[in-house]
Amino acid sequence: MVLEEKHKLATRWFHWLNFPLLSVMIFSGALIYWSYDTYRIGLGGVTLFHFFPDWFYSLTQIDHKLAFGMALHFLFAWIFTINGIAYVLYTAVSGEWRELVPEKKSFAEALQVAMHDMGFKVPLPPQGRYNAAQRITYTAIVLMGGLSVITGLAIYKPAQLSWLTALVGGYEWARWEHFWLTMGYVGFFAIHIGQVIRAGWPNFRSMVAGYDLAKLSKNEAASGD
Amino acid sequence: MAISSPEQELRRKTRRGFIGLGAGALGCVGIWKWLNSGTPDNKLPPALRSVLGFNERVVRNAIYSNNHLVPTYPASAIGNIKVNGRIGIDEELDLANWSLALTPFGAASPSAKISLHDIKSLPRYEQTINFKCVEGWSTVTQFAGARFSDFTAKFAPGSEHAKCVGMKTPDEEYYVSVDTPSAMHPQTLLAYEMNGAALTVPHGAPLRLVLAVKYGIKNIKQIGSIEYTDARPDDYWAEEGYDWYAGL
Repeated sequence: MVLEEKHKLATRWFHWLNFPLLSVMIFSGALIYWSYDTYRIGLGGVTLFHFFPDWFYSLTQIDHKLAFGMALHFLFAWIFTINGIAYVLYTAVSGEWRELVPEKKSFAEALQVAMHDMGFKVPLPPQGRYNAAQRITYTAIVLMGGLSVITGLAIYKPAQLSWLTALVGGYEWARWEHFWLTMGYVGFFAIHIGQVIRAGWPNFRSMVAGYDLAKLSKNEAASGD
Repeated sequence: MAISSPEQELRRKTRRGFIGLGAGALGCVGIWKWLNSGTPDNKLPPALRSVLGFNERVVRNAIYSNNHLVPTYPASAIGNIKVNGRIGIDEELDLANWSLALTPFGAASPSAKISLHDIKSLPRYEQTINFKCVEGWSTVTQFAGARFSDFTAKFAPGSEHAKCVGMKTPDEEYYVSVDTPSAMHPQTLLAYEMNGAALTVPHGAPLRLVLAVKYGIKNIKQIGSIEYTDARPDDYWAEEGYDWYAGL
């Protein structure tokens, strides 16, 4: 057995920094959203789910904290954005983007991965560091982060950056997009945690320690003593 | 030195990694506590208050311009704007005898009384903008009135050199202060008409501020006095924990 590096120190830093940062952004975003909570899932006059029901507010106690939420949001937006830009620059410069962005075949393969993960007897296609579904998801989540910053700026400065607000469809649309991107993170988080639990301890450990044990490959074994 | 096995090496790295993660988590708790510590500055933790000040400086130095106009809309887009704040609105105010107490830059007390007739003598501008509340809602609304920059040039010349403008309702229950550049923005109006009719009392008759480049909290209704000063006059919602600048 040999030690194999699974995740670079930089990747692990970006990942674990992003967790509290995104958490605070979602929390403070919820404090802001409460004061005008208009979004729902429904059609016409029929509402299936209102974001958010009263029980949610009484449970989380996020009501009546708009001013605090805005101040918090406009502080952590800086750090969240800087961490995201640094991560993208790092993957670009280090070449790690090659292992992350989807390939042509990724979209067909991702379906196989999803079927396999849901319990169907579908073989997993060969993969590098990340499988096809991971490539698509991890790239999408970074793009979503960029869109959150853009739509956030469009809401934050619709007068000074009116061109940006226009680009994302206007003030109301920017707010709608910003909200649903956030719901996307919540969905991502739920699936991500589920997958991490499924993948087991060594996988989780490798995101913290950076390494895992691997069998010697045939070539290495042959050249060894 | 003994050569460690890969298993030992992994245990060592794992220990180090989790100690780091734990320290990071403790660090997060520490930062959170620090952020919320200290005597609140107008109902906001001082650290957060200073971040709002930092953001204001970034915006004012890097992106604010009076050439940046907010989009305007056709009359067909006008919505039904709600009355969201009644603080300082006097339903019984004698509109016919209303006048505005004006304190130009450098004066210690009001030195002029401006009538609605005086304000209507200035060029009338009409604009249909998306009025934005700090709560998150916005309503396309048409306003008509005099430009604040024209008002200043006519009734308080030289006052544009003050750093701030403060305004209060006649009963002084509601009050705002804004930075002079925003007050001098071409879309900042002293409005006496809304959606094609005279302003109603709940919406601020006889005269209200329309600051297209700021949230509604700064758009004071039923103005009773205006002063130009370098010291930042009191601001109702800034005292309640909101950003003083509140610029869009």
